[in-house]
Amino acid sequence: MTTIVQDSKPTTAPLAGIPTPVIDAKGVTLTFSTGDGPVFALSDVNLAIADGEFVSLIGPSGCGKTTLLRAIADLEQPTAGSLTVNGLTPSEARLKQQYGYVFQAPALYPWRTVEKNVMLPLEIMGFSRAEQGERARKNLALVNLAGFEKKYPWQLSGGMQQRASIARALSFDPKLLLMDEPFGALDEIVRDSLNLQLLRLWRETGKTVVFVTHSIPEAVFLSTKIVVMSPRPGRIIDVIDCNFPRERGLEMRETPEFLAVAHRVREGLRAGHSYED
Amino acid sequence: MTEAVASGPPAANRWFADAVPVAVVVAVILLVWYAACIPMNAVVAQGRIDAAGGGLANTLAVSWALDRPVIPAPHQIVISFWNLVFAADPTTPKSLIYHAWVTLSSALFGFAMGVLLGVVLAIAIVHMKTLQKSLLPWIVASQTIPILAIAPMIIVVLGSVGIVGILPKSLISMYLCFFPVTIGMVKGLTSPEVMQLDLMRTYNASAAQTLWKLRLPASLPFLFTSLKVAVAIALVGSIVGELPTGAQAGLGARMLTGSYYGQTVQIWAALLMASLVAGALVWAIGAIEAGTNRMLGVRE
Repeated sequence: MTTIVQDSKPTTAPLAGIPTPVIDAKGVTLTFSTGDGPVFALSDVNLAIADGEFVSLIGPSGCGKTTLLRAIADLEQPTAGSLTVNGLTPSEARLKQQYGYVFQAPALYPWRTVEKNVMLPLEIMGFSRAEQGERARKNLALVNLAGFEKKYPWQLSGGMQQRASIARALSFDPKLLLMDEPFGALDEIVRDSLNLQLLRLWRETGKTVVFVTHSIPEAVFLSTKIVVMSPRPGRIIDVIDCNFPRERGLEMRETPEFLAVAHRVREGLRAGHSYED
Repeated sequence: MTEAVASGPPAANRWFADAVPVAVVVAVILLVWYAACIPMNAVVAQGRIDAAGGGLANTLAVSWALDRPVIPAPHQIVISFWNLVFAADPTTPKSLIYHAWVTLSSALFGFAMGVLLGVVLAIAIVHMKTLQKSLLPWIVASQTIPILAIAPMIIVVLGSVGIVGILPKSLISMYLCFFPVTIGMVKGLTSPEVMQLDLMRTYNASAAQTLWKLRLPASLPFLFTSLKVAVAIALVGSIVGELPTGAQAGLGARMLTGSYYGQTVQIWAALLMASLVAGALVWAIGAIEAGTNRMLGVRE
């Protein structure tokens, strides 16, 4: 079976002219050993992500999209293959604090105010007091949470909490932002608004974003590149370039071009038997 | 108008509603107690009741006013307590406050040592998997030894090497109260979610930073629950520590001498004092907890 479409040849030239991709996965395989025998979470994954790209990983539960993101973040270790982040091993990249990670849940610490939550990584990384305050204020403003600095997480809505967690991930200004279904638990109206805010943020900061989602419209709306994944074993089915202008509005989702890309994503998922159980 | 409805009944009414159930229970207990005094004290009282001519009035008058009753009537305990607390010089052994302080100081010292030991053990156990396997069974086993069996040994052994006074009693308190702290803190320090721990990992935070910024704040609710248990049994530990030595001072000593000389009223007054002190200690921990929660913005 040759369902795996490799993306070894760079289809889009790296924006800043940097030869090494931000993320380079070659033959990445990850197997969990469980009581019921091995689980093949990732099988021969090849993927290159260039600087400044917004890449979505999409697929059904168990396709390994979160595992791939966690492997990039050095929260899981591949059992085979090579994986580099900015030319470093994921472990080295983590030790150098080169990425910000946004989890499925806000994971804010309830005993800290919103501002103190944003300062958490800065405290750990040894920024000065003044710098901590300055960066917290700036990043909370960036996610439209100015004025909520002194609130506790439980005083915020789910969407606001997730925005605070994005501000926290951005606070130490990593070049790479890893997001694991950050809006999965939110309702569609809040999600639309956060998608728009995330796009603006990405345009303004020029960060490289790897974004895990199981929503086709969300993936097409946000991404410059969509990676379609399939389960058992977790693998890449298709890599779709999504070259819409970076300035995007919600109305774009009704255009034929948008629907064509969405259709191709759905076809990819179908080819990977993602709709069967 | 709607505001009045939303804010519920006035505070005085609510206080009244809270007080009624408590008052009823207290009233029932007192009633049963006074009734029980009559048959329980019959052994010592019957002769005098008969001498006074018998009858209900004489039965009650005698049964509730004996010098050395089997069960003293509640008002006898209260009067004795009042005299021992408010009518005696608190710097002399005549005062119950003097004895309460002797026991309390030793209990608090033991409590402080026990909390410290408990927290240190919990931190060690959480950070070293081997300790969890090797140390925890011993910690659990230590609590299966009856404290009454080893308390005299601790006092006697330490006394023979010249360690007397507050320390041996405090050690017994410590021995009793480190356990709930260790168990509660192991649970508390491991209570953060995987995501909260992963977050620390993505920042490349050290174990010390993870402990200080995540594990310890997350463990506070568990710590306070443990502290309430620990502070009460620290007091028990000190009282028990006073029993086997023939100590001259302390609530335990009062209970012991009271039982030697049949002074049941004195025993009950000491008991009342012990429970008031224990209640005050638990209340104090609760107040510190409430203050901490306010400081940490815990949702009410």
